[in-house]
Amino acid sequence: MRLSPAADTLRRTPLFDRHEQAGAKLVPFAGWEMPVQYGGIRAEHLSVRTGAGMFDVSHMGEIETSGPQAERFLQRILSNDVTKVAERGAQYSVLCREDGGVLDDLFTYRLAGGRFLTVTNAANHEKDLAWFRGHGAGFEVEVRDVHTDWAMLAVQGPKARAALERVADGELPKRMRTAELRLAGTRALVCGTGYTGEDGCELMLAPEGAPAVWDALIEQGVEPAGLGARDTLRLEVCFHLYGNDLSEERNPIEAGLGWCCKLDTGFVGADALRELEPRERLVPFAFTGPGIPRQGNAVKAPHGEGIVTSGSLSPCLGIGVGMAYLPLDDAEPGIRVEVDVRGKTRPAEVRARPLFKREETSG
Amino acid sequence: MAEASYPDDLKYHAEHDWARLEGDEATFGITWYAQDALGEVVFFDPPETGAHVAKDQAYAEVESVKAVSDVFAPLSGEIVDVNQALADSPEKINEDPYGEGWMVKVKLSDPSEVDSLMDVGAYRELL
Repeated sequence: MRLSPAADTLRRTPLFDRHEQAGAKLVPFAGWEMPVQYGGIRAEHLSVRTGAGMFDVSHMGEIETSGPQAERFLQRILSNDVTKVAERGAQYSVLCREDGGVLDDLFTYRLAGGRFLTVTNAANHEKDLAWFRGHGAGFEVEVRDVHTDWAMLAVQGPKARAALERVADGELPKRMRTAELRLAGTRALVCGTGYTGEDGCELMLAPEGAPAVWDALIEQGVEPAGLGARDTLRLEVCFHLYGNDLSEERNPIEAGLGWCCKLDTGFVGADALRELEPRERLVPFAFTGPGIPRQGNAVKAPHGEGIVTSGSLSPCLGIGVGMAYLPLDDAEPGIRVEVDVRGKTRPAEVRARPLFKREETSG
Repeated sequence: MAEASYPDDLKYHAEHDWARLEGDEATFGITWYAQDALGEVVFFDPPETGAHVAKDQAYAEVESVKAVSDVFAPLSGEIVDVNQALADSPEKINEDPYGEGWMVKVKLSDPSEVDSLMDVGAYRELL
């Protein structure tokens, strides 16, 4: 067996000690030393589908945008209609280059009338920040890097809210809403969002208080879950992962994110996307036999070639699943394709999204 | 198997594979260290009986949820038996890496290659 060496000079989150105590396997991820798993990816995955799990996602970045023209500015760079986000509301969007290539996919929260918090992918944080600052020059707006102001903990699963309610000093926000609360005595921005397809919240925490929140949630029976389970959970419900399913070479229309691209708002990239003639589409698929698809596998479809951008074993379905860019004519559920997994031809079928729906298991 | 374990009667290869010698045949598998590093094995793609394996070359793959790893042949020869049970129960590689988690039996083409493998003491020092 060949094992890859670990990188040096990695950043650690405020919960690093808790991960070590919980027996985490720590790996380098986007410059951070992060827990990929504790007991095992499948067990952690299932605990989020049936109970409650928590993920330290403090590696993700935050940018705060404020000022009289903050809304106008964000409307210019984010693909979605920012004017539709109410105070304490949340919205998903992509950040595009002029040519429509995707720089990042982001959640933005409106904290107050002219104050917004945008969560970035760790690997893109510096790039996003430079993009925000570059485009902010003509606006009355202040762009602040608040990455180190917050630890971030995603608490997800059908029992996540009940656990959070027991450690919170007030009412939790509804889905796609936020609330400023104290959790286990720690100042928190609680967001009704997630990346698993389950109910739950994402917590922005004062870093020094994050371990106390972690401990309180452990006491409530919330299971630590690593980035491995986070990836399999999001894949089963077909959420995009930047770097896999999205990149600067991909556009949001072919990625199936046209719903969050409001071209009439005139955002950077809108003109290019309006002219675009889509040729491919990102679709979920499942193997109909043995094997596990992996990122980069070639796909043979009836009308041409495609490529797998995410692939794994689905812990809930027990089969190999993934997402692939396929010719537009082959992007229909039920279409049969073949995936080349390191020289072996594996039969697969295009599926509707999401790959996993709760009704399919008794758990 | 939760605790690290390295049986005395095996020969070890630096890529974390083991060989159990039985006359001119040997059984191959991966070590406790390898299965622990890999995490839960969820897929084993077995080679064909009759296929030739070459020392230090990959002859099979094991997959965890996250990763694919090559399994290297500690010795050269022809595969005479494959552990078909691993197709349905790949977790045996984690639970019992030196027993039910065995991968292939090989008729050795050059038994003298054994001299290049490590005994348990040398392998433990490598870890």
